[in-house]
Amino acid sequence: MKKLTAVIAATLMAGIAGTALQAKEVKIGFVTTLTTGAAIIGKDQQNAANLAIEHMGGKMGDLDVNLIFADDGFKPETGKQATDKLVKQDDVDFVTGYIWSHVLLASRKSVLDAGKFLISANAGPSPIAGKLCHENFFSTSWQNDQTPMAMGEVLNQQGVKSLYIMSPNYAAGKNMVAGVERTFKGKILGKDFTKWPGQLDFSAELAKAKASGADGLFVFYPGKAGGAFIKQYQQAGMKDVMPLYTVFTVDGISLPKFQAGKLEGVLGSRITQHWDPTLDNPQNKRFVADFKTKHGTYPSFYASQAYDSMFLIKSAVEAVGGDLSNMDGMRAAMKSANYDSVRGKYTYGNNHMPIQNFYLREVVKDADGNWATKVIQTVFENHQDTYAKDCPLK
Amino acid sequence: MGTMSRKSLVTLFVLAALAILPPIFLWAGNAFYLDLATRLVILAIAAVSLNLILGYGGMASFGHAAFIGIGAYAVGIPAYHNTYGEFDLVASYNGMFQIFLAVGITAVFALITGVICLRTKGVYFIMITMAFAQMVFFMFVSLEVYGGDDGLVIDTRSEFPLINLDNPLHLYFLSFGSLVAAMLIVRTITRSQFGMVLQGSMGNDERLVSLGYNTFAYKLTAYVISGAMCGYAGALLGNFTTFISPEMMGWTRSGELMFMVILGGAGSTIGPVIGSALFVLVEELFSSYTIYWHLPFGIMLLAVVLFLRRGLLGVISGSGKNEGH
Amino acid sequence: MDFTLLFIQTINGLQLGLLLFLVASGLTLVFGILDFVNLAHGSLYMVGAFICASLTFIIGNFLWAIVISLPIIAFIGYLIERTIVQSLYTRNHLDHVLGTFGLILVLDTLAHLIWGPAGIAVPLPQWLDGRVELFEGVVVPTFRLLIIGTGLAVAAGLFWLVNYTRLGMLIRAGASNRTMVSALGIDIQLLFGLVFALGATLAGLAGMLISPITEASIGMGGEIIITAFVVIIIGGIGSIKGAFIAAIIVGLIDTLGRSFLDTLFKLVMSIEAAESSAPAVSAMLVYILMALILAFKPQGLFPPKVR
Repeated sequence: MKKLTAVIAATLMAGIAGTALQAKEVKIGFVTTLTTGAAIIGKDQQNAANLAIEHMGGKMGDLDVNLIFADDGFKPETGKQATDKLVKQDDVDFVTGYIWSHVLLASRKSVLDAGKFLISANAGPSPIAGKLCHENFFSTSWQNDQTPMAMGEVLNQQGVKSLYIMSPNYAAGKNMVAGVERTFKGKILGKDFTKWPGQLDFSAELAKAKASGADGLFVFYPGKAGGAFIKQYQQAGMKDVMPLYTVFTVDGISLPKFQAGKLEGVLGSRITQHWDPTLDNPQNKRFVADFKTKHGTYPSFYASQAYDSMFLIKSAVEAVGGDLSNMDGMRAAMKSANYDSVRGKYTYGNNHMPIQNFYLREVVKDADGNWATKVIQTVFENHQDTYAKDCPLK
Repeated sequence: MGTMSRKSLVTLFVLAALAILPPIFLWAGNAFYLDLATRLVILAIAAVSLNLILGYGGMASFGHAAFIGIGAYAVGIPAYHNTYGEFDLVASYNGMFQIFLAVGITAVFALITGVICLRTKGVYFIMITMAFAQMVFFMFVSLEVYGGDDGLVIDTRSEFPLINLDNPLHLYFLSFGSLVAAMLIVRTITRSQFGMVLQGSMGNDERLVSLGYNTFAYKLTAYVISGAMCGYAGALLGNFTTFISPEMMGWTRSGELMFMVILGGAGSTIGPVIGSALFVLVEELFSSYTIYWHLPFGIMLLAVVLFLRRGLLGVISGSGKNEGH
Repeated sequence: MDFTLLFIQTINGLQLGLLLFLVASGLTLVFGILDFVNLAHGSLYMVGAFICASLTFIIGNFLWAIVISLPIIAFIGYLIERTIVQSLYTRNHLDHVLGTFGLILVLDTLAHLIWGPAGIAVPLPQWLDGRVELFEGVVVPTFRLLIIGTGLAVAAGLFWLVNYTRLGMLIRAGASNRTMVSALGIDIQLLFGLVFALGATLAGLAGMLISPITEASIGMGGEIIITAFVVIIIGGIGSIKGAFIAAIIVGLIDTLGRSFLDTLFKLVMSIEAAESSAPAVSAMLVYILMALILAFKPQGLFPPKVR
């Protein structure tokens, strides 16, 4: 009885104490994955966001920055709960982060209904770019279809006539497949949607792919599934038979692990992306160099987008002179994308998705012998996603 | 002797706290804590429903989350069709209709699966209920129209006369009222002759059968009532989260429900409520301090099992340790 | 139908089945003999994978790492039995479920704290990393054959251990009559500790074998434990033979379902509907099978003998 009373009393106290503090600061909620195997991505984003705040000297204009991280547990429901808490309890001004499309879709209403800004630092599911677009939503990443569309274009250029596709069975996975199908002109010999996130053994699907005799294999396996996939692809000896084309599967997080695990098969493989650590602009150089010094690895694209999201918010806060009630002013500032992005200059479409370049990257050894990526060519210049036309915003 | 009155005292205290505190949170500007209380109360309804068969019938269902999920989709699917068209037969925002669907479908589902599950006993029962829940889980994963794995956002909450579920206080008191009703129903059932037979079958099934009781029918009836009640909780949960996904019926969720019942004390009316309260509050408290909160949480579960044999209620109400089980 | 593909998929299914058997055999031993429901069995599978992965990098050889990891995981299993599990033997199954769920949370979080969230990719020695052409057109990764071989060897070993050794006899006797075995002057506590350690070792071995394919990662235990339970329920609790047969059936159903179900579905429904429903239905197959078997044989294929 006493225990229960104590628990309830503690909760009550915590609840009342929460409202007492009101400092002159900008509060930013950052929803990402901090538990489960996918926590490694969340940690990368966390490191990058903290680095961004450090680079700003802890200030946006005159305001102190209060960055609050929350865990989505890799589940839409938990992500929504975390978002609700940030909005209702911490009363943040911006909510950003969101690695996973389904978490973002589940959480968007909580943020937007409360009249706050929602900035995706990764997920770009199609509804949010189209029918469900919102004036207070911005993205510092891409719409899901764009990166695989660039890959489809690359496949055409390289004369790939037929393709086998594998992808996890969730929102982003389906967008990725839709994207590559939109631009790829050859024949698609087969498709497998695998259980997500549970399935990590792809022997059956790889055997099917091999039997299909396609010219190439296109996959999307983010996080730890990517590592598992690459290993099995190599073990099955597919490298000489069926070249691999991936999006969001090989990244700054997985490359050191592949190198340690001697997965030579990944060297030379090609990926498309809107950003690369070697892109030549001052903001990117500073970001990559300091990130490497601090954490010992290259930042991943997840990290780059988290870093950008902080600077996008900073541009908004500074444009209104720290008056956080001026939503219109902040919205207009963000819409102009007038900040130094690590990807270089880009603009926003009517749906607040970036209109940006997409590059073809290759996995190579860098000067120190570490596995990294470099840009080979620009596939798309100023590319806009296809769902923008469904968005009623001007 | 004192046990009974102390138990009633605990019940009154818990219910009073649940009636008074949440509105104060809202008034103090902490809407989030009202949310927490709403989640707690809805999960408590599910735990109370599970307790009916687990605590009073010895049927440890490891698939009760499926009922929650079905109940929630019974709100989400009609709302979805009313917003986006097609399938006019079910398209509706009407809360009465949605709850009728939730309760009706879960009752039928419980009846069908119950006939099969109740052929088994003990751990086989645990696993077969889990198997049916997994089937429902994967069925909703495969239903692309309703978002599959990604889940479905409920754009419009159930509509009722007089109450507006968009108002968090209305939603809370509807849930709280439902919890009290659920507790009363379980209490009435367990004190009836039906309840006596049910509890008797837990101890000595053969004897009751030889006395001429069809214990299978008794158990099945209890299973159906429990499932339907849990489906009702699911309809409330759907309205509360406004987002539903197959994740709601994963096996870990069923496990959590079981833990709430055991944690609080199975076989008592208030036990599951205390269990869910503790579960939800401790989870919230621990996870706000560290991302490694599963560690102390796991240790707590272990400690409860190892040292508190009769659940939390046994400790709070101080019911004698020498009292036979 | 493409018979080469069918054959390859059968081998894949067999490999998955034997891996499941390694996990399930330990589970069924502990369950059948100690009458203990161990949800945390999957966490031991994960811990085994992580220990072996770390040792692979320290020693530089995967196979030696396995050899050294096995006694370590056995010891960890023994320790868990002594400290936690043994005081739960007298409780009911629900308490086991609750307690071992707590144990899962503890072990998973400890793994997160010790090894970080990244997961470890385990390199294989050159000779295991290749492929073998069994016959014309059927090429299988060497390592998957090793898993099949290990699984069969363990199955044979367990069968021999339980049926033809003194230890096995004691184990069987201890399960049916604890007091009698202790009256014979046998330390029943030690015996039970050994059985639990054996179960942990089998789970750990399975984790070690899968880590070069998928990597060692947090949460890998939760992904396999439910399937392992399905296997032992179908097979009948406590039956090594039942676990073996059920594991092979489940492995084959899962793999063949993933391989051919969408093709079948496309015959009766639109391509899109088939593509999105096939993966879920193939995942459902295993549970449908289990419900069917329990509906007709409420205690599984090889029910435990009445004690």
